[in-house]
Amino acid sequence: MRRQKENLILHNHNHDGVDRRGFLKCMAWAGTGALFVVKGGVLRSYSLSDPAGLAAGARAGELSFIQISDSHMGFDKAANPDVVATLRVAVDRINAVPTAPAFLLHTGDISHLSKPGEFDTVDQVLKSAKARQVFYVPGEHDVLGDDGKQYLERYGKGTKGGGWYSFDHKGVHFIGLVNVLNLKAGGLGTLGSEQLEWLEDDVKGRSASTPIVVFAHIPLWAVYPEWGWGTDDSAQALAYLKRFGSVTVLNGHIHQTMQKVEGNITFHTATSTAFPQPRPGTAPSPGPMKVPAEQLRSLLGLTSVHYVAGKHTLAIVDSSLA
Amino acid sequence: MKKALVSASAAALLVLSLGLSKASHAKPAAGEQNGSIDQYQIKIDNFSFAPETLTVPAGTTVTWVNQDDVPHNIVSSEGKTLKSPVMDTDEKFSYTFTKPGTYPYYCGIHPKMTAKVIVE
Repeated sequence: MRRQKENLILHNHNHDGVDRRGFLKCMAWAGTGALFVVKGGVLRSYSLSDPAGLAAGARAGELSFIQISDSHMGFDKAANPDVVATLRVAVDRINAVPTAPAFLLHTGDISHLSKPGEFDTVDQVLKSAKARQVFYVPGEHDVLGDDGKQYLERYGKGTKGGGWYSFDHKGVHFIGLVNVLNLKAGGLGTLGSEQLEWLEDDVKGRSASTPIVVFAHIPLWAVYPEWGWGTDDSAQALAYLKRFGSVTVLNGHIHQTMQKVEGNITFHTATSTAFPQPRPGTAPSPGPMKVPAEQLRSLLGLTSVHYVAGKHTLAIVDSSLA
Repeated sequence: MKKALVSASAAALLVLSLGLSKASHAKPAAGEQNGSIDQYQIKIDNFSFAPETLTVPAGTTVTWVNQDDVPHNIVSSEGKTLKSPVMDTDEKFSYTFTKPGTYPYYCGIHPKMTAKVIVE
């Protein structure tokens, strides 16, 4: 379990729902997959490479689900010439979790080039996952050339606008956001006013004790704006959420795990199932990072989450495909 | 990569003929230190456009070539002059600028990538 009790933020002196001391309490750089356990509002993580911890988490959790991200189907460059194989390994890992997850969240970049065959392949591979239901949000690679039309035809049933939606499961309110459309020159990810208004309305009237899980492709916090790793109007979205006792924000896009706790909000990014990207600022660009073949799977992974009603922690577990 | 570059230059040479030799003597754009860059070709590498500012005479065809492992595209930041298809690795996009003016553009997939073409 990565987060220890002393890292929990018990007091907020700024009365703004944000405790600066909570910054950067947990930053995990190693590429791993994760199991998220939602325990009464706070996300907790267990390593999927720690089977004992994982089994305990699964037993304790009333709800567990798995996040996968950035499958980049169609990518065939040196950083991973076989992204089908690594996605299959991810599915094998999902199926090996003792308690079958309720569903999967895919946080975007399903495809590499938005080609129909790429989406088809991912659908086909994920069919063999024990968790039958998959909730998606698009990455920028899924909306190429058509502003997301194909994505919406395939995955957008019942969604609003560019594909955003919410649903409830076992007392947890899930919100899928889209921040990869209408990107402006020089900017970062964008939610846009229509989606922000929808979000404000969506959470209005909900009890502050409702655990919230937000998932979107590009991080909703400023991971590294120099590389576009952030969302311009995420602060507005988070403002609507900060009155809630437990908010968990799950993102992809940066192909590595990172975690941050800010007030009641826990931010977590997942690894890719396709290829790693460099740590911020350690390379000339965020392009695919080529590593020795024997290391690749240790930098790919998935993330699991558990939630136990009445407690205040969601547990997040990253695990690698190695 | 080298091979792709050579063929790109060869293609440019065919299309532009005299224009290309003219280009090598073209006045470097403001802020451009590297005068050896082929002025009619913009390379996309490491999530950036090079040169970032390209100045060309009206009537010039500019070719972008993507040398990254990820796709990029070219979209006008102002107006709707430029809107390329998505370019995967080694793919190219060309546009002939007929009217003088400043044409700022960016990658619609990675909007931190911005640059401009100045047509004189």
